[in-house]
Amino acid sequence: MSIEVKIPAVGESISSGVVSVWHKKDGEQVKAGDLLFTLDTDKVSTEIAAETAGVLRTIAAEGQEVKIGEVVATIDESAAAAAPTSVATPAQAKEKPDPNRSEAPVSGEKKSPNAEVLSPAVRRIVEEEKLQTAGISGTGKGGRLTKGDVLAAVENRGTPATATESQPAMPKSAPAETEVAVPSESGRFTRKKMSPLRRKIAAQLVMAQHTAAILTTFNECDMGAVQDLRKKSQDAFTKKNDVKLGFMSFFIKAVVEALKAVPAINGRIEGDDFIQNHFFDIGVAVGTERGLVVPVVRDADTKTFAEIERDIADYAKKAREGKIKIEELQGGTFTISNGGVYGSLLGTPILNPPQSGILGMHTIQQRPMAIDGKVVIRPMMYLALSYDHRAVDGKEAVTFLITVKNCIEDPTKLPLDF
Amino acid sequence: MDKFDVVIIGSGPGGYVAAIRSAQLGLRTAIIEKDKELGGTCLNIGCIPSKALLSSSDHYAFAKKEAGKHGIKIDKVELDLPTMLQRKDKVVKQLTGGVRGLMKLNKVTTFQGIGFITGTNKVSITPAEGEAQEIEADHIIIATGSVPVELPSMKFDGKVIVSSTEALSFSEVPKKLLVIGGGAIGLEMGSVWSRLGSEVTVLEFLPRIALGFDLEVANALQKVLTAQGMKFHLETKVSEVKVENGRAIAKATKGEEQLTFDADKVLVSVGRRAFLEGVGADKVGVELDDRKRIKVDDHFRTNIKGIYAIGDVIAGPMLAHKAEEEGIACVEMIAGKAGHVNYDVIPGIIYTNPEVAGVGITEDFAKEKGMEVRIGKFPFAANGRALAADDATGFVKFVADAKTDRIIGAHIMSHVASDLMAECVAVMEFGGSAEDLGRTVHSHPTHSEAVKEAALAVNKAAIHIGNR
Repeated sequence: MSIEVKIPAVGESISSGVVSVWHKKDGEQVKAGDLLFTLDTDKVSTEIAAETAGVLRTIAAEGQEVKIGEVVATIDESAAAAAPTSVATPAQAKEKPDPNRSEAPVSGEKKSPNAEVLSPAVRRIVEEEKLQTAGISGTGKGGRLTKGDVLAAVENRGTPATATESQPAMPKSAPAETEVAVPSESGRFTRKKMSPLRRKIAAQLVMAQHTAAILTTFNECDMGAVQDLRKKSQDAFTKKNDVKLGFMSFFIKAVVEALKAVPAINGRIEGDDFIQNHFFDIGVAVGTERGLVVPVVRDADTKTFAEIERDIADYAKKAREGKIKIEELQGGTFTISNGGVYGSLLGTPILNPPQSGILGMHTIQQRPMAIDGKVVIRPMMYLALSYDHRAVDGKEAVTFLITVKNCIEDPTKLPLDF
Repeated sequence: MDKFDVVIIGSGPGGYVAAIRSAQLGLRTAIIEKDKELGGTCLNIGCIPSKALLSSSDHYAFAKKEAGKHGIKIDKVELDLPTMLQRKDKVVKQLTGGVRGLMKLNKVTTFQGIGFITGTNKVSITPAEGEAQEIEADHIIIATGSVPVELPSMKFDGKVIVSSTEALSFSEVPKKLLVIGGGAIGLEMGSVWSRLGSEVTVLEFLPRIALGFDLEVANALQKVLTAQGMKFHLETKVSEVKVENGRAIAKATKGEEQLTFDADKVLVSVGRRAFLEGVGADKVGVELDDRKRIKVDDHFRTNIKGIYAIGDVIAGPMLAHKAEEEGIACVEMIAGKAGHVNYDVIPGIIYTNPEVAGVGITEDFAKEKGMEVRIGKFPFAANGRALAADDATGFVKFVADAKTDRIIGAHIMSHVASDLMAECVAVMEFGGSAEDLGRTVHSHPTHSEAVKEAALAVNKAAIHIGNR
């Protein structure tokens, strides 16, 4: 019996993704638990494993955009790996003693109650190629499947279709959308289709801008105190906690203090309501090859500096390996984005919807500052807070940023635990 | 003043079909016809009478030439032309009466007279007898059809130099009939009189007859008609036709050659043009295209709000079934529904014997455009039914997309080509492939099996001929 391999629901707002890499080949024998393919969504990459053993028949191609619930492959539990395509005969069905095998071994949906009427050529190809018609879009009248549609589905599966001698040679399997860069004739530009992930992110960004009234307020903070504290405590901290003391834990803790002082930023607008969060899940933006991901440090107010640093280190590793889980990206109430690692001096971050605020950290730059009437060189960082003016007023935004600044410049204001 | 939702000017296939559909959709509908009988050119002086004569003359030719083959001995086969013409008239009368019946059945108000658009939403009707009247309409559909093209060098005189109209009613079989224009009309009428005993010569300007049809089919048809006794001169341009002593002398050039033809009748069938006389389109400012046809958008709307046009009076093949589809689509869209005409699958037929039928892309067009196609052919000489019926002349040819196998063209020469074409159009309408058709059951023994086999031949799977 053939088991359908469907795209699982991976997150509440995710409706589609891309089969980015097949780890097994069409026709290959797989075991339960074997990784079949990588699913890329706009938030995360997930590995999808086989739920049962059998012969894998792939339907979706690498690079193909798929919907949640879409059948992208089947696993034929009964067939041996080198099984030739066989047409079900009554004799064959009878020979199998297994009661579960009462159906014909070929694609089972022929007997489904909603069995669609397939034209003769389509019927033949579906049968010979063991296609699942549910996954193929029809371009014929009334959405019917045409021979061309199913031929294309076979082609895109990466397996050469059984061709009659008169048919032209089947071209190579469809390349992943993102990889085909088309140079212009003059060579002055190259056109490359954006990956579905990129396109999704693009849509989200524009949506954020359209929905919220985003303003940015600036301030700066003197990183000297934190730098000194780090230098002093680093060895002991690292030895005790098996993780280095970075800057992020300070900022996360500072942000928590600021959110406590300005609750309006720790909420979101939903329709006509403003929802006030009573917990502090802080997202930390991490750059990866595929794009930005924002894993969330849960209940940052209750975690220790070490726990926070450990969380961040874990996330960074997972992000590099493309292993961040979707749950780890959801539910944040505020985000911190550090453009400083790339050298940004000052910038206006964009909100991470549906959050009402985002803190932008920037590069630490030695700058001349006026302190007590004298000019001293201090390690300064510009801070930016972009906020949703619908939920947060100017005074609140400024107050938030000043609170962060004060906590950073005087770390004793934070619940230091080392 | 009578007010209507829809008023249609012209009761040919475009007009009367639109009227019926309009009434079905619950719109108050009126139709205006300048002639005494409804049905337009098609019913009165076109499709129907010509097919009646083609059938009758076909039987006559069979009786004379083929009957003996079947063991039917007929002493003397004689032609009673008046009876043949009368039968034709009877058929016409029956059908035009039928259209009038349909108008009554659907409660479409019928006006006799010349319909003239006097202003936005107003049409005046000038009957042959009686007072003129004006009616109001929210939507006016111009369906006034077409008339034969008249060339200045050979003006119609109704007696010697004639159009198809007169050629349907010659009082006696012309000894020599010259046909100028080798299209459907010229070939059909030439065929009729050739079978009835005329010496028919067809002069065609292009290097092939039956423009628009698959070239291989057109050439095959010319061969067959030549064998039936018709003479053809291609690449021949007629410079003038003069009438002297009741007979015609035509001067023509064929390349460098100067040719002269004499004939008792000259049928000028070089095409038809949109007929707009008297409808007042220009008065209200309806825009025309460069071929003096009414310009319309994809909703059949002219540039004047509330005025539409369909059928031969607008661009596109001048075919009754095209006009019918447009009439229905136009009215459906007026009623707020989705109307649609699929111009890719409008077949054309020439009702000679054998008939030729074609729809979609021709093989020569595909070759010219470098399209990647596959061809499947099957001759009726290999079809059991055709052999049994002794009408095995002809073949079926499919043009299919090389990649998707979708049928994009179907071309048939056969005694029953016009009927076989219907299946092909249906499959094409559904985006079907040659394999689909090839795998569909066709009764045995029928001519339609040739259609199945030609479809199989596209993918080199024909059973009853070798696949090359």
